[in-house]
Amino acid sequence: MNLWLLLAINSITFGGLLFLLSAGFSLIFGLMRIPNLTHGSMFMLGAYVGASMVMTFHLPFWIGAAIAALAVAVFGGLIERFLLRRLAGAEQAQVLVTLGISLIVADFCLMVWTGDPISVATPPDLVGGVRFIGVFFPTYRIAIILIACVIGALLWELLDRTRLGAMIRAGVDDPQMARVVGIRVSRLFTIVFCLGAALAGFGGIMGAPILSVYPGLDNDMLPLALVVVILGGTGSLLGSLVGSFVIGFIYNYGQALFPELAYFVLFLPMVVVLVLRPQGLFGKQAP
Amino acid sequence: MRVNRRKFLAGTAAIAGAAAFPMPSIAQAAPFKIGLLTVKTGPLAAGGIQMEGGVVTFLKQRNYKLAGRKVDFISADTGGNPAGAKTKAQELIERDNVDVILGPLAAFELLAISDYVAEHKTPMLSLAAAEDITQRKPNPYFVRASATSSQAMKPLADYAAKELKLKKVITIVEDFAFGYEQMGGFQQVFEDDGGRVLKKIWTPIVTPDYTPYLAQISGVDAVIQGFAGSNPVKFMKQYADQGLKYPVLTGETGGDDAELHSFGDEAVGMISACPYTIDFENETNKRFIADFTKEVGNLPGFYAAGLYVNGQVVEAALKATGGKSADKAALVKAMRASHLTDTPRGPVRFDDKGNVIGNIFVRKIVKENGKLWQKTLKTYTNISQFWPYDEKKFLAQPVYSRDFPPLKS
Repeated sequence: MNLWLLLAINSITFGGLLFLLSAGFSLIFGLMRIPNLTHGSMFMLGAYVGASMVMTFHLPFWIGAAIAALAVAVFGGLIERFLLRRLAGAEQAQVLVTLGISLIVADFCLMVWTGDPISVATPPDLVGGVRFIGVFFPTYRIAIILIACVIGALLWELLDRTRLGAMIRAGVDDPQMARVVGIRVSRLFTIVFCLGAALAGFGGIMGAPILSVYPGLDNDMLPLALVVVILGGTGSLLGSLVGSFVIGFIYNYGQALFPELAYFVLFLPMVVVLVLRPQGLFGKQAP
Repeated sequence: MRVNRRKFLAGTAAIAGAAAFPMPSIAQAAPFKIGLLTVKTGPLAAGGIQMEGGVVTFLKQRNYKLAGRKVDFISADTGGNPAGAKTKAQELIERDNVDVILGPLAAFELLAISDYVAEHKTPMLSLAAAEDITQRKPNPYFVRASATSSQAMKPLADYAAKELKLKKVITIVEDFAFGYEQMGGFQQVFEDDGGRVLKKIWTPIVTPDYTPYLAQISGVDAVIQGFAGSNPVKFMKQYADQGLKYPVLTGETGGDDAELHSFGDEAVGMISACPYTIDFENETNKRFIADFTKEVGNLPGFYAAGLYVNGQVVEAALKATGGKSADKAALVKAMRASHLTDTPRGPVRFDDKGNVIGNIFVRKIVKENGKLWQKTLKTYTNISQFWPYDEKKFLAQPVYSRDFPPLKS
């Protein structure tokens, strides 16, 4: 019984992290039609920058996290503005460029932060946990769940209630038509790319106290983001939310119940969805 | 400095000349060539950088001269994958004509090149721990001065059962050969000494979150982990976050000295068994640690120490052959016959399959002056790859695997 409860809470935490990672990925994919293969690197970069801020410069965790998100947002903006913009329309070239950048980032991180893993201390207020009906709930994990919920709500507010959100939705649904009615879709690209990057970077530093930071973190996380987005549907916030928690649960229960089949269980729903509903659970039918 | 056209031309001509025409000279005076297969990019880079630091520290101490011969050192980055290892091994052997190969790091790299290197009769000194390379499928040109996968785990099991009086444990390690061999060795000795392994948990090599596995741990005296690379740091953090208090025991990769600066306080108290320890008291080790730290900017762990000892083995062999290296079979024979008394891990000798016999240190991570450090609890001396079993009996059983030894139900 306790095992089940514990797994449930871990599933939700992991889902929260995955949501931070995949929300941006999904928006970028939905709007720009490119799978941004640097997304894992942005997660890792955010984790490294944040880890330096917290562990080396001894800044408070949340300030470090904000700096990390900001730094990765700037990095994302630069990539979009100076590289991807030039390749507008050439999706294949964009995919290759993002893949190339992810390799460069990986070696850059190796050079700056060396190959040794960095363990990031949990923020002091969130150390420890609470014991509830015999199960130990680490406080930090509960905090992650709350933060993911808040960010999810804010994103939803942004996309659903604001003018900018309306423009982004228009861009996702029909970029040509959006251009025709006078929306500067290319500027939307930059904004969404920065936003997605910031979320990934923030997710990285939020995950760091649990996952630690190490070379290869990018490649560990990117496939998970892909699975979530394919499952949930591209360009759909609700899709990444549901997808993240579904994958969080499958990942945790799958590993506990069928450890030998952990990866099979993880990717199976993706295959099923691809066959039965290629646009994803909440994605829109391709026009 | 301004580079004008003339300087540029002179410079490039010199480089081109050096590349195209290696200095011709008579055999005896020709430099002895050491090729290193290491990993400097990708997730395994931390260990690879340690390896290179270990050799370079050794060669600098010897002024790049072994047994009177000048040493040429060539370092190659395999990228940590079998295909890269094969390509770089070919480059080292066929293009650079190296006399000896140090490395590679990982077992899957070693398995990819073992036959090729043996065909080309090039002595190879690797840390890769795959047991059968020095047991059931020996490579005659292979020498291992570190340890097989289970060589440190067996003394650890002995210590756990006899000194710590542990009765019931759960093991957790990555789902690959190194993990099977580590835990197989542990289980066999631990159960022969009266303990019980209740469960063996195998995790995928890439596991961002260990909590689903940690949730299965309860009702034991201790947890045995055997993680490698960056996983131990992550594992220990999540282990503590989950509120688990059972003592943790581990092997050489799980409690590596090079990772002491990466671990948090949750690692204090972790007991590990390793063929090297940073607190080993002798002059050679003290000089090694000082010079390595200056060279690399980090403490040396067993990867670095392993490569340093490899250098000493090569030196001893060259001294024995009077500096001759043309006859590779004789060179390997001299390596395997070498008795080193003074290495950073104490005395070292080899069995007839090329595997080391030496100290295994059981130590504990402590906090001293705000920094993590190792404190040796017990030194097991003269530990061979078969210890505590008889060689013939040991080789008659299958190699340790996921299902061997089986769990007692």
